[in-house]
Amino acid sequence: MIVAQQKPINDIAQMINDCKKVLFVGCAGCVTVCLAGGEKETEVMASAMRIKRTLENNPLEAITYTCTRQCDPEYIASLDNVVKDVDAIVSLACGVGVQYLAERFKDKWVVPALDTKFIGGSTVHGVWEEKCGLCGECILHRTGGICPIIRCSKSILNGPCGGSQYGKCEVNKDIDCAWQLIYDRMKALGKLDKLMEIQPPKDWSKSRDGGPRKAIREDVMIDE
Amino acid sequence: MPEFEPKIVAFCCRYCAYTAADLAGSMRLQYSPNIRVVEMPCSGTIEHGVILNAFEKGADGVYIAGCNLGDCHFLKGNVRAIKRVAAVKKVLDEIGLGGDRLEFFHVPASEGTKFAKVANDMTERIRQLGPSPLNKSAAGNAKKEGGQTA
Ligand code: SF4
Ligand code: SF4
Repeated sequence: MIVAQQKPINDIAQMINDCKKVLFVGCAGCVTVCLAGGEKETEVMASAMRIKRTLENNPLEAITYTCTRQCDPEYIASLDNVVKDVDAIVSLACGVGVQYLAERFKDKWVVPALDTKFIGGSTVHGVWEEKCGLCGECILHRTGGICPIIRCSKSILNGPCGGSQYGKCEVNKDIDCAWQLIYDRMKALGKLDKLMEIQPPKDWSKSRDGGPRKAIREDVMIDE
Repeated sequence: MPEFEPKIVAFCCRYCAYTAADLAGSMRLQYSPNIRVVEMPCSGTIEHGVILNAFEKGADGVYIAGCNLGDCHFLKGNVRAIKRVAAVKKVLDEIGLGGDRLEFFHVPASEGTKFAKVANDMTERIRQLGPSPLNKSAAGNAKKEGGQTA
């Protein structure tokens, strides 16, 4: 999932300081799971913002709506009637959701309530870790299911580097050395010989180095 | 000018604080009439939004009362409530209402006196802080009496 975290409440307040009526839009997708922008968080933020503005003698009418997803046009279409008389829209989705709202509601001031951090998953309730760097050509079959692109601080393909110490990364002793993990797992699987194959430089044109990416599936496209 | 009478919402776990309230009644203990008790199935069922809602609706103070550590009927509900209260206190500080208006207390079922003490202590604390600016009735009354609102 996409993992995001809420911006400081005062930073969000600043963005909508001169607005009288604001729509807070939650997303029932990834940000609900990482507890940053689901229905509950959206209600809490709207409530906190109303209290803050009342205390400042600048009352705010805050309304809320939570979309099934903000990253699909059909799910934000239901906002068409809701946005009509609002001065601003605060999106509690990832950066994708914010952009979908900004694109659809061209005359509205759309602002982000979250900082979109990474894609990953939870380890225990309340802790999320980055797991994939969206490189565009997955190599997990060569690395025992452990991603060196994002979990190795240097993204090296033929690791470990000289900074690997007692299983930890030299960048920070709280970070596991991904290449130590890869080595241990490949050893347990009896596949150490695969690690002897030298990986050639990665084709980064499949990642962000080729500009913004697009995925197309002709077979599922609906003809007009 | 009459003394400000705070409106305080007390979310009480039925297995401890709510039972302690009954006990306080049976013991004929006097305690602050300023608290409005809301029975909860466990202090751990409290949510950030519910607390903020109470303040939005004009509560001058809110507290959550749960079992002693290790005594929760659902094992860890009180631990979770404590963490949530800490998080909402932070929000209240950030938005300017002040985290002091919110508290968590341990009130075991067998301690009617503690229930009464907590109610009295919290009332006194909120009285010192003054009415919440969101408590329309308190602000109105104070003005009518020519008093100062906090
Ligand atoms: S808008 Fe973002 S957070 Fe919401 S479902 Fe889509 S990708 Fe996930
Ligand atoms: S190799 Fe690439 S696609 Fe696979 S997990 Fe790592 S960053 Fe993601």
